[in-house]
Amino acid sequence: MSYNAKTPHLSSAISSVELLVAAYWNFLRINPKNFNDDLRDRFIFSKGHAAPALYVVLAKRGFFSEDLLESFGKPGGTLPEQPAPNCVPGVELATGSLGHGLPVGCGLALAAKIKGLDYFTMVLMSDGECNEGSVWEAAMFAAARELNNLIVVIDFNKWQATGRSEEIMALSPLREKWESFGWRACEVDGHNIEAITEAMHKARELSNKPFAIIAHTVKGKGISFMEDDNNWHYRIPNADEVEKARRELFQENIFV
Amino acid sequence: MRNAFAKEVTLLANQDENIILLSGDIGNKLFDELRNSHPNRFYNCGVAEANMIGVAAGLAMCGFRPICYTIAPFLTYRVIEQIRVDLCYHFLSVLLVGTGAGLAYASLGPTHHSCEEVGMLRLLPDIRIFAPADSIELRAILRYCINKAGPKYMRIGKKGEPDVHTKEIKILEEPTSFLLRQGKDVAILACGSILSECLNSAELLEKKGLQAEIWSCPCIKPLDEKLLDKVFKTFSTVVTVEEHSYLGGFGSAVAEWLCKMKIEKPKLITIGTPDEFYHEIADQHLARKNLGIDAESITSKILKNLN
Repeated sequence: MSYNAKTPHLSSAISSVELLVAAYWNFLRINPKNFNDDLRDRFIFSKGHAAPALYVVLAKRGFFSEDLLESFGKPGGTLPEQPAPNCVPGVELATGSLGHGLPVGCGLALAAKIKGLDYFTMVLMSDGECNEGSVWEAAMFAAARELNNLIVVIDFNKWQATGRSEEIMALSPLREKWESFGWRACEVDGHNIEAITEAMHKARELSNKPFAIIAHTVKGKGISFMEDDNNWHYRIPNADEVEKARRELFQENIFV
Repeated sequence: MRNAFAKEVTLLANQDENIILLSGDIGNKLFDELRNSHPNRFYNCGVAEANMIGVAAGLAMCGFRPICYTIAPFLTYRVIEQIRVDLCYHFLSVLLVGTGAGLAYASLGPTHHSCEEVGMLRLLPDIRIFAPADSIELRAILRYCINKAGPKYMRIGKKGEPDVHTKEIKILEEPTSFLLRQGKDVAILACGSILSECLNSAELLEKKGLQAEIWSCPCIKPLDEKLLDKVFKTFSTVVTVEEHSYLGGFGSAVAEWLCKMKIEKPKLITIGTPDEFYHEIADQHLARKNLGIDAESITSKILKNLN
């Protein structure tokens, strides 16, 4: 998709794949045929720049036809480079500007509390996104309102657009930060679907606190020449690189 | 005006369970009645306005009709991008109520003045903007906004603004203006609580032999184009007055409208605050005087332009 549409952020999208798979197949109570059900779990993909990963997962999960994926980023197409409001079924929020997902997620979770509904709200954010002050405003709000129906998943790939996330904004200790803000928090291998699933289900355990999952990930995971190389935040692969990546991924049986 | 808002919003919340009030840690005791009768419909979101807008967006997505309430500059300048993306881009039914707008908090200095926020917000697609002149207009606009889809902003005063209307406005049809004084020499379109200064100015103008017609125009976006059409056809000079910069606000909106109309020799005078921060320590009355938007200043600007 990145190659066809000539769009950047490929390695950011790859970083999130297993987190999305675990959420959409193993955690979220959703029905793609009734995607606006009031009782559904809500999923906000706050790192909108990695949208191709979300689109592929939504299509594979049956929210819309996989044929639509061809139109990604194309003029006149249905799938914008960053998700637009209601561009396809399953997109809950237009994202792309960082730091918006968690405050809106707080509103969705609070609405469930007011209405007495038991749905969960999950917000997937990037580590770079944690630079935004609004994230920490929302973190304090969620703890104060005891939003135990709210889950944050941080795709902690240790990079942001132009450098190491730790060097740019002193992110660590990330888990302790969330804990000190009144959240439960855990760390997990963000490429191990079983481990991620287990972590997500921990959020259902009895507690009055919201739940943060710090998922350790690698940008460009599974593609040797892309892994942990931040040039790929913006770089667009050429035809040879696409072929090489495809071979590597098939070799590892990632596509089955 | 803020007391009128608190009272009316409590009444409305008693009738409509979708109304939720979010405050940015202001209105001490103002909302006690609402909080006591509906504890899950009032939330103090703290001094965290960006989050407050996002929370309102999430609530609106679930069918609630949230109202965000705090001091105008913090509700607007600080979170313009949240208003743009979370509310306008998603066309969510959230009402923003900015209290102490204009120079109501004059003595607190420019951090608390809001004489530019209408200009900023007016650029955002799909938002509706209102500036009631008194508590009677406020109540009517509030009732209207609760049932109107999409994002809305209402700038209101603080306390002690005189009530200009003498009877309750039952139903507001948008966009609406209210005729408060008939005249034949000049039309003054007042936007917001500055209306009382305009009415005083009409008295001063009368002493100079001029009959001013006074309209209260609380609808900034969309504009009451029918009224504009009428006054520009009837009067050789039309004046707009607002407690907001002369740049970007109600007067600018009228000027933009005028540019696309074919009106012969229109004369428009836009009176607002100058394009500068106001540094002096002053109450609202003195600030209005020094910034040229009190009754005397309005009167002399009109006389100068008519002669």
